[in-house]
Amino acid sequence: MQIKNILKVAGKSILKSRMRSLLTALGIIIGVAAVVVMVAIGDGAQMQVEQQINALGSNLLIIFPGSTSQRGVRMGAGSFNRFTMEDVDKIREDATLIKAVSPIVRSGGQVIGGTGNWSTQIQGVAPNYLEIRDWPLASGSFFTDKDMLSRAKVAVLGQTVAKQLFPNEDPIGQLIRIRNVPFRVIGVLSAKGQGGFGNDNDDIIFAPATTVLDRLSGGRYINFIQASAISLQQINQAQDELTRIMREAHHLRPGEDDDFTVRNQADITEAATSTSKVLTILLASVAGVSLIVGGIGIMNIMLVSVTERTREIGIRLSVGARTSDIRIQFLTEAIVLSLAGGLIGILLSFGITYILNNYTSQFAIIRPEIIFIAVSFAGIIGIFFGFYPARKAANLNPIDALRYE
Amino acid sequence: MAKNIIKTVQLTKTYFIGDIEVHALKDVNLNIDEGEFVAIMGASGSGKSTLMNLIGCLDTPTSGDYFLDSVNTNKLTRNEYAEIRNQKIGFVFQGFNLLPRTTALENVELPLMYDRQHRIKEPNKKAIEVLERVGLGDRLTHVPNQLSGGQQQRVAIARALVNDPSLILADEPTGNLDSTMSVEVFCLFQKLNDEGITIILVTHERDFAHFAKRIVELKDGHIIRDVEIQDRLVASEELEKIKEEVV
Repeated sequence: MQIKNILKVAGKSILKSRMRSLLTALGIIIGVAAVVVMVAIGDGAQMQVEQQINALGSNLLIIFPGSTSQRGVRMGAGSFNRFTMEDVDKIREDATLIKAVSPIVRSGGQVIGGTGNWSTQIQGVAPNYLEIRDWPLASGSFFTDKDMLSRAKVAVLGQTVAKQLFPNEDPIGQLIRIRNVPFRVIGVLSAKGQGGFGNDNDDIIFAPATTVLDRLSGGRYINFIQASAISLQQINQAQDELTRIMREAHHLRPGEDDDFTVRNQADITEAATSTSKVLTILLASVAGVSLIVGGIGIMNIMLVSVTERTREIGIRLSVGARTSDIRIQFLTEAIVLSLAGGLIGILLSFGITYILNNYTSQFAIIRPEIIFIAVSFAGIIGIFFGFYPARKAANLNPIDALRYE
Repeated sequence: MAKNIIKTVQLTKTYFIGDIEVHALKDVNLNIDEGEFVAIMGASGSGKSTLMNLIGCLDTPTSGDYFLDSVNTNKLTRNEYAEIRNQKIGFVFQGFNLLPRTTALENVELPLMYDRQHRIKEPNKKAIEVLERVGLGDRLTHVPNQLSGGQQQRVAIARALVNDPSLILADEPTGNLDSTMSVEVFCLFQKLNDEGITIILVTHERDFAHFAKRIVELKDGHIIRDVEIQDRLVASEELEKIKEEVV
C-alpha cells in the first residue's frame, strides 16, 4: 500500500471515533506536556543560577590563599594569608593569558555620609577591577593608577550604599567617612542585582587597594586575587599559567604543595548548577513515567480496536491485503495517535510555560532539542506499544476474521 | 476446449471443534473451465462454504491439491495467497461485508489499494466505472447504511469486479435479499458471465441455481451430483415477468 493511502486510512479510522482517539491521545498529551514543562522549569532554574554566577564577572579566575603544610600538619584553607601586592604585580607582568588582575582587600565598617550612616563592606581593588567584573559605572569615574600610587582617599559606591547615604542628592563629590577616615565619592556603580548566593552585589564600596591596606585593614596582606582570562576557551590554560606564576612568586620547589588555590568560574558554575541538574532529571523521570502510562493507554485502545474491527480486517484480507499491510495500518494508527498527542502536548507545554513566565515567579525555558526529544519519544512509544496489537491484527486468519461477530 | 481454471484433487478439509473432528470436505475432485457459471448447492453443513473458501484461497486444505490456473496452491506463501485474492478472485459474500461508515466508492477502491503491481492506473476512475456498470453511478458517496440490501450487494459486486478478476466467487449472494433484488443480482451475474468471467456461487435455492450453467451438489463433504443445466433461465426475462406481475 502507498504511504499516502496508509496515512489516509489511519487518519480516517482515528477520526471515525473522535472522542476515543482524543482520550487515548490524552495520556500522551499530558505525558509530553509534563516532561517538557518539567525540563523547562529545570532549565529555567539552571539558567537563573548561571546568570547570577556570570554576574561575578567575565572569564573570572579567583586565587584564594591556600592551606599550608607545616611538617605534615595541614592548616586548612586561608591559614596562609600571604598574598601581597608583589604577587599581583608579578601576575600583571608575567601572565600572557590574563586580561586584567586585581587584588581584593576586604574590610568593613560603619560609613557616615550625606543624610545617614550604613554598615557595609569596603573592598580595596585595582583601577581595572570593573573590567574583571564586567560592571559599568552609572555616573562619575573609577579611580586611576595615579590614585592607586598616591593612596588617594577616593571611593566608588554601589547602588545600595548610594541610595542609603544619599537618597535625594548626587553623591559625586560628597565626602563620606569610613571608620572615621574621610573619602571623597568619585563614582557610583550601576546596579548589579542579587548575587549567586543571595547576597546584594550593590551593597559595597570600592576604594584603591593601597588606600584600604594603609588606612583600613592595616597590613600588607591582601585577601585574594581576582583575574580575568582573555577568553573563556583559554580559561583552563590561564588557570595553569596563574598556578605557575604563583608558585614562582612563592618560591615553591617542585613537589611542594601549592599554598594557594586557583578556581575558575566554570568550576563555580558547575557546582551551583549540579543541584538543579539533578532536580531536572528527577522531575523529567517522574513525568516520563506518565508518558509510558500514556503509551500503555494507546496499546489498550489499539487492542480493543483490533477486536472491534476484526471483520474489517477480514474484509481487507479477503480483497488481497497482506499481513504486512494490516500490520502497517495498525502501527501507523498508533504512531499517528501518539505523534498527534505529542504535538498537542508540546503546544500545551508552550501555553503552560507562557503562563509560568508571565504570571508567576517561576522561570521556564523550552530548549528546541527538548521538543525534538519529546516528539521522537512519543513516536517511539507509538511504535513500541502499537506493535503488539498490530501484530495481533495482522496474524488473523481471513476466514476467522470474516466470520467474527 | 476451454482452459481449465480450477482443478481439485482429493481435496480434504478437517476441522476440530473442541475434541470433535469434523470432516467438512472429503476427497473432492472438481474441474471448472474458464467461462463456466457453476452453482454449488447443498444443505447446511454439506461443506459448500468450506469448498468456496478453499477455492477462494481464504483457507488452506488439510490434504489434497488445489490447482488454480494450473498452479498448485499448496506451495504458496501467505503473501502469495493474498496476491491471488487480490489479482484473480472477486468475492461476494452473503452479508455483503462492506466497510461500515465508508462510502460506496471507497469500498470499491479497497482492493486497488492493495494492488502492488498497480495494474489499474487510475483507481478512482476505475471504481466509478464499475459502480456505473452495476447501476450505482448515482450512489458513489453513499455509505452502506444509506443503501438498500440489493444496492449494498451491488456495491460488493462492484468491489469484486474492480480488479478485473478472472473468477468471481459468491457465497449465497442473495441470502439476505428479497426475490426481486435476487433476480436483479443474477441478472448482473449472467451479464458478467456472458462477458467471459467465470462465476462460482453457492445457493440454497434450486430456482436460482437454474440461472447457472452447471450445478454441483454436495452432501456431507462429498460431491453427489454434477450436471449441466438443460432448462437454463434467463434472469433478465424473469425480471420482466416479475415486473409485469406487480403491474
